[in-house]
Amino acid sequence: MSEPILTTKDLRKSYGNLVAVKGISFSVLRGEIFSLLGPNGAGKTTTISMLSCLLEPTGGDAEIGGHSIKKDPMAVKRLIGIVPQELALYPPLTARQNLIFWGRMHGMGGKSLQERIEESLEQVGLQDRANDRVEKFSGGMKRRLNIAIGLIHKPELIFMDEPTVGIDPQSRRRILDMVKDLKAQGMTVLYTTHYMEEAAELSDRVGIIDQGELIALGSLRELTRFVGDQQTLRLDFDEQPVQEEQVHLFQDVDGVTSVTTTDGQIVLTVAEAEAVLPEVMTTVHQIGLRIRSVNIEEPNLESVFLHLTGKVLRD
Amino acid sequence: MKKIILIAWKDFIITFQDRAALIMMLAAPFLLTLGLGAVTGSFSAAGTTGLSEIPIILVNRDLGEIGDVIVAAFEAEELADLFVTNRIDDEAMARLQLEEDQAAAVIIIPEGFTKGILPDIQTGQTGPPSPIEVYSNPVRPISAGVVQSVLMELVNRIEATPVGGQVIIGQLLIDGYLLPQDVPEYAVGLISRLRTQEGQGQAGAIRVDSGSHDEPQGEPGFISYLAPGMAVFFLMYTVTQGGRSILAERDQGTLPRMLATPTSSAEVLGGKVLAIFVTGLVQVGLLIMVSSLLFGLRWGDPAGVVVLIIAVSAAATGWGILLASIARTPFQVSSVGSAIMLLFGVLGGIFIPIESFSTPVRIFSRISPNSWAMDGFSTLAGGGQLSDLATPLGALCLMGGVLFTIAVVFSRRRWVSGFMK
Repeated sequence: MSEPILTTKDLRKSYGNLVAVKGISFSVLRGEIFSLLGPNGAGKTTTISMLSCLLEPTGGDAEIGGHSIKKDPMAVKRLIGIVPQELALYPPLTARQNLIFWGRMHGMGGKSLQERIEESLEQVGLQDRANDRVEKFSGGMKRRLNIAIGLIHKPELIFMDEPTVGIDPQSRRRILDMVKDLKAQGMTVLYTTHYMEEAAELSDRVGIIDQGELIALGSLRELTRFVGDQQTLRLDFDEQPVQEEQVHLFQDVDGVTSVTTTDGQIVLTVAEAEAVLPEVMTTVHQIGLRIRSVNIEEPNLESVFLHLTGKVLRD
Repeated sequence: MKKIILIAWKDFIITFQDRAALIMMLAAPFLLTLGLGAVTGSFSAAGTTGLSEIPIILVNRDLGEIGDVIVAAFEAEELADLFVTNRIDDEAMARLQLEEDQAAAVIIIPEGFTKGILPDIQTGQTGPPSPIEVYSNPVRPISAGVVQSVLMELVNRIEATPVGGQVIIGQLLIDGYLLPQDVPEYAVGLISRLRTQEGQGQAGAIRVDSGSHDEPQGEPGFISYLAPGMAVFFLMYTVTQGGRSILAERDQGTLPRMLATPTSSAEVLGGKVLAIFVTGLVQVGLLIMVSSLLFGLRWGDPAGVVVLIIAVSAAATGWGILLASIARTPFQVSSVGSAIMLLFGVLGGIFIPIESFSTPVRIFSRISPNSWAMDGFSTLAGGGQLSDLATPLGALCLMGGVLFTIAVVFSRRRWVSGFMK
């Protein structure tokens, strides 16, 4: 078992009466990919900002590589790299100029910086565009450069805050593969996302965060045990929107654990889909809705989130 | 310190790669100076209102009629608004006054000028030609040019218009030098001689010289007033953009990213401030250098100019940082900055002469770096030295220091707010 590189203890952040992070405690082990999964506004970015020494916690503390983020932020900053959600680049500069600047900000220089720039450019597939101004790059290329900058100084721990937001599937795939490569190289990654599939694919362990609280933590297998053998039954209709009173009718169906709606769909957590399906269809018929499709899903992170919060992850 | 320089260098490179910024920082001041310079000379440091009340000195050593006619013409009521004349007998004194910028030009009508043009009644011979000498003030090129033009026009009129001829001939008749029966023949000869002298680019009866080529004494002419005014005016644009870049970096995420590197917030702030200061310094320095080459402007004591540029850049940087610390968004910095730039331009006297301000407005104008800078540049252009700049330099440095201190207090609450030290 690896030792933790990051440990948070009752970490809190509030802005006046608004509590953004309500005292979360977790550890990230060396060499693992740890994901913080939660909807927008759950407190993921605030947590990362505190761990990056950008926001001062209003309570609790965290240690990275044995250094307190409150007492020794400079030592912490030497160990970490960040890939922020926004594209924190200088568009008028070339990709190479950006990397030189950020490398020097991390105290690098000379031949080692030049070599590292070439490695990073190759790693993100931008070696052919190294001398082009960033303002001419596509969104995906900018995202990749954003990652390369976070990695330029080979940090022990890298924070990646929603690095695939707003990009095409091809670039997204490339970034996910890159994150796996980082783990293969022995780097520790703290990855935040609201995409359940990304967390499931990448993570050794996942922390589920909602409304500033860490509500579950464990490996994918451990988390799906929360919902036991329960399946997700997703009903899609021709008519929209589904009325609230119509949704309540499904709660009376035997075997249905929870009901929620999202994007015009009704999502049911059920013990055994095949057993409850006939009665569900009868209810649909009684209401007068026209079914477009029915999907039966095995337990996953979304059903865990649904089980724990009563909400779908996209909310 | 390495990080401060690195951040400043990055900003510097970005600024000087931005064509729009370069146009505003460098091209616009030149174009405006050229444009305003081409259309008007209405901003003279001497407190005159452009093409009016041009001070000239007349030295009439000619004992003849034409000299009197020329002097009378410059003193005529019709030209009273354009010229303020001063008759002096001593040629050396006249030149001295020119060097002291008490006049835009000195017109010396030499002894025997009339005799060189009009033939002797008795012998019919003219004396040796003695051209009028015009000494122009090099720091008032436009005003001096006006004097020359009027003089040439006057001589041409003497040639071409019957009035001039009548005046001359009438005077000759009164004095008994000309008999009535000789008038027709004399008039033809007079016109013929003047016409011959005229076809040489300037009237041959006039010799133009500019006084004091080597020593830029006296107060600056309007271009040498306008050029530093424009430079400082557009310096405010540069510092505004610099201040804006701080908030823009905060919004685009590069400022927090810098703070997530092993770099303190003081270093980041220092780098941004240094970038604004150096950019302003380079901008004003370039404008001064190129305007010296392009317009032949003499800015005065080089040491004084350098120190003054540093001081005005520091004061303007203070305003830029203060703006960034008070505003909430980059847009606010730009819009408020543009208004302040315009206000300071007015208070600095590049649109309306400072002399026309009321006393309260003059006092208020001292909040602008432009006003103090113009004091300094005028002093230097007028022959002052670095040691004469104590007041404007002190005021500018104090302004920069006070504004920077206020900005740091505000900025800690605003754009570094939340970021750890």
